[in-house]
Amino acid sequence: MSEWIKVCALDDIDAEDVIRFDHGDRTFAVYRSEDDEVYATDGLCTHEQVHLADGLVMDEIIECPKHNGRFDYTTGEAKGAPVCVNLNSYPARVEDGTVFIQL
Amino acid sequence: MASKIPARDYSLIGDTSRRAREQGLVTAQWYQTEIPRKTLKQLMKRRDGPAIRDTLGWFALLAVTGGLVVALWGSWWVVPVLLVYGVFYGSASDSRWHECGHGTAFKTRWLNDWLYQLACFMIMREPTPWRWSHARHHTDTIIVGRDPEIAAPRPTSLAHHILAFFTLPQTWTTLKSVARHSLGQLSVDEADYIPEMEQPRVYRTARVWLLLHGLIIATAVLLQSWLPVMLAGVLPTLYGGWLSYIFGLTQHAGLAENVLDHRQNSRTVRMNPVFRFIYWNMNYHIEHHMYPMVPYHALPQLHQALKHDMPPVYPSTWAAYREIIPALWRQRTDPDYFVRRPVPATGKTPDAAAPAAA
Ligand code: FES
Repeated sequence: MSEWIKVCALDDIDAEDVIRFDHGDRTFAVYRSEDDEVYATDGLCTHEQVHLADGLVMDEIIECPKHNGRFDYTTGEAKGAPVCVNLNSYPARVEDGTVFIQL
Repeated sequence: MASKIPARDYSLIGDTSRRAREQGLVTAQWYQTEIPRKTLKQLMKRRDGPAIRDTLGWFALLAVTGGLVVALWGSWWVVPVLLVYGVFYGSASDSRWHECGHGTAFKTRWLNDWLYQLACFMIMREPTPWRWSHARHHTDTIIVGRDPEIAAPRPTSLAHHILAFFTLPQTWTTLKSVARHSLGQLSVDEADYIPEMEQPRVYRTARVWLLLHGLIIATAVLLQSWLPVMLAGVLPTLYGGWLSYIFGLTQHAGLAENVLDHRQNSRTVRMNPVFRFIYWNMNYHIEHHMYPMVPYHALPQLHQALKHDMPPVYPSTWAAYREIIPALWRQRTDPDYFVRRPVPATGKTPDAAAPAAA
């Protein structure tokens, strides 16, 4: 059954940025948009398994640090070569200044 | 009599490829000089302004020199003007191809994609195969049997380099591959790095290219003049690509193969503003490989942020060549030789076996 997992304080993520969140043996990328919405996707790029948290957040895009592959982090959708496979995305919310994601 | 030095296997599907995998050199963890995330974010920031300015300047230079070619056609004065036009056509397009392929030149995506397509046509590199080959070059930089973009294979073949100065091997390979792709076929190496879902795009573009080259040749025939084929298509790539070859060799030639530290297999070279305009700052090559997200216009600042952990910068293009020429010469007969770069002992070289997603 899916459950809400505590990630960090909202202030731990800069606006328009991303952090890495490891949980069990899985790794996620948790985003804070410019207007303070939070989102979560798989943490590794589907091209060559690089941590997306080292990448660049622009508008609703996360750009992978290795080959600049782009995903829409609000949906996980791959936006073109060299990334062809979508990321899984996960529900995320903020409660009392704390970020949670649902796994 | 000296025995013949056996050629190394640089193909992507041979024994060296298997060995690279066994040695943990494939999709491995590379050394990165640490940089505060805040600084990096600042440097990675995309802007349209610098690339729009540089692109308009580039187009203006092409228009002026191209116009002079037309005006002076038939006189000997056209020769030096053609040489300048050729450099802007066949060499400056290399760096535009490169930077737009990374998607970092402009903030606006369609501008990157549009200039990428144009530059690809000018430099005679098919857009989709080269996007994938360049991704591989960044994953497995100068790893033998993995990197499809090794410009100075060992042992050195002088004939190869003389031909490459005129962009001949690459152009010939492209002409063959465009013909092959227009028939809906890939080579075995290409099939190794171009995913299936991208393949129809390869075939489509090859057919459009055939049409465009056909139109350029048809115009020349119709006008009964060489002028159209001297201004666009294959010929300006051949007579104008030499400067991109000169720049390109400084990137990795003569340095180590099969290492996981760009400071040991890449060069950062100080260049004059004209070269840096044509080359779009790719002279900061170690920095580019370490942080490919940083746009060309921010590479000088990235260099400042990382230089405490870099080997000494080559003070000029000529200084780099004073190392490259003897190294390549020696690699004719001693393919195991390479130039060892003095790397600061500030960090540790990564464990060859560590996976990228540790
Ligand atoms: S690893 Fe992410 S785009 Fe290649």
